[in-house]
Amino acid sequence: MALRSVDARGRACPEPVLLTKKALAASPEGVQVLVGNSTSRENVRRFAEARGYKAEIREEGEDFLLIITR
Amino acid sequence: MGGKKGIALVGALVGALAVALVAFGNPVNMGICIVCFIRDTAGALGLHRAPVVQYIRPEIIGIALGAWLMSLRGGDFRVRGGSAPFTRFILGFFVVVGALMFLGCPLRMVLRLAGGDLTAVFGLLGFTAGILVGVAFLNRGFTLGRTYSLPKGEGYLFPAVQVVLLILLVAGPAFIFFSSEGPGSLHAPILVSLLAGLIVGAGAQRSRLCMVGGIRDLVLFKDSHLISGFLAIFLVALVGNLVTGNFRLGFSGQPVAHTDWLWNFLGMLLAGLGSVLLGGCPLRQIVLGAEGNADSVITVLGMLVGAAFAHNFGLAASGAGATANGKLATIIGLIVVAAVGLLNTERAEVSVKGEVQVGS
Repeated sequence: MALRSVDARGRACPEPVLLTKKALAASPEGVQVLVGNSTSRENVRRFAEARGYKAEIREEGEDFLLIITR
Repeated sequence: MGGKKGIALVGALVGALAVALVAFGNPVNMGICIVCFIRDTAGALGLHRAPVVQYIRPEIIGIALGAWLMSLRGGDFRVRGGSAPFTRFILGFFVVVGALMFLGCPLRMVLRLAGGDLTAVFGLLGFTAGILVGVAFLNRGFTLGRTYSLPKGEGYLFPAVQVVLLILLVAGPAFIFFSSEGPGSLHAPILVSLLAGLIVGAGAQRSRLCMVGGIRDLVLFKDSHLISGFLAIFLVALVGNLVTGNFRLGFSGQPVAHTDWLWNFLGMLLAGLGSVLLGGCPLRQIVLGAEGNADSVITVLGMLVGAAFAHNFGLAASGAGATANGKLATIIGLIVVAAVGLLNTERAEVSVKGEVQVGS
């Protein structure tokens, strides 16, 4: 099953984490989040891990895709 | 330096350098103050003519260049912009109006607290209140939209301007104003200030240190990452002030501060709210600008113009207290910034790969 996706590229702090939080509330099984810089990547990863999720990070050109699952 | 230890270490370094800069000649409890120093630079360039606050502060130049070099090294230099630049200019303007009502940016607020200045407690309460209001806006979907990639050259202009400012400082041509008395005349040697700035900028870039992000993330996500930097600055500056004899506990007679609690509160309420809507405190805006974020450069320009207005029209407070014009400007600022927070709300979230979602 495809995970719910969030495009948080180019968003200022703390919007990528907030969008991830809202998406996870709607889809507790997991989400994938696309971010455009390392600050957002680390913030989203830290948030996911604090909530007991695993975060797999893939580089997609200039961007990062975080696959967040239980 | 990405972890919590890293950011606490950078915070400790900032606290120590701030104390050292005072020992080397900067005004007391003003080792580093982003807003005050932008204000001084505005004065040196003749954008305002308040004779006591005119000096091109090398700390700001160093912070920008240090952050720029570190972002190049770490692959974080990404040239981007287009996220409501004029709105950010206005927010930057009013963050400075609020901060100059209080007499300090969020970083100097921490340094004032660490110097025993109890009037800054009202600033901290206002700052926290402003962040809480900002968090409420964020929770109902506030956004200024996303940035997009811009040509590389755009990103090199901000560091280039810093080099020009450094040349003007060292050369000291007749059209640059330097205070002969007041806070603007108190400064560490250029090389010491520049070096401290470079270290702060590099560390702040690497660790993403942000004064407003600490309380914000704690409230929003129960995330204590950024607040550990905030606390480290306070603790190290506190110890440093005790050691160097610059700790004086009390309300009255504090250096470059006033005792008007209501306006200390409201000034930092405005600065805190504006900073949350901008996504970072004044220090963070300089670092982001150096990393290639053109919107943050525009924000810094808004801060520069705000500082010039604050001293041209008597908006900035002084040791004698708040001015009538300053009170009016702070109220106007609160209305404008609240309107920005209310009007820039996004309901539907954009998704990748065709899924459509509706935000709650």
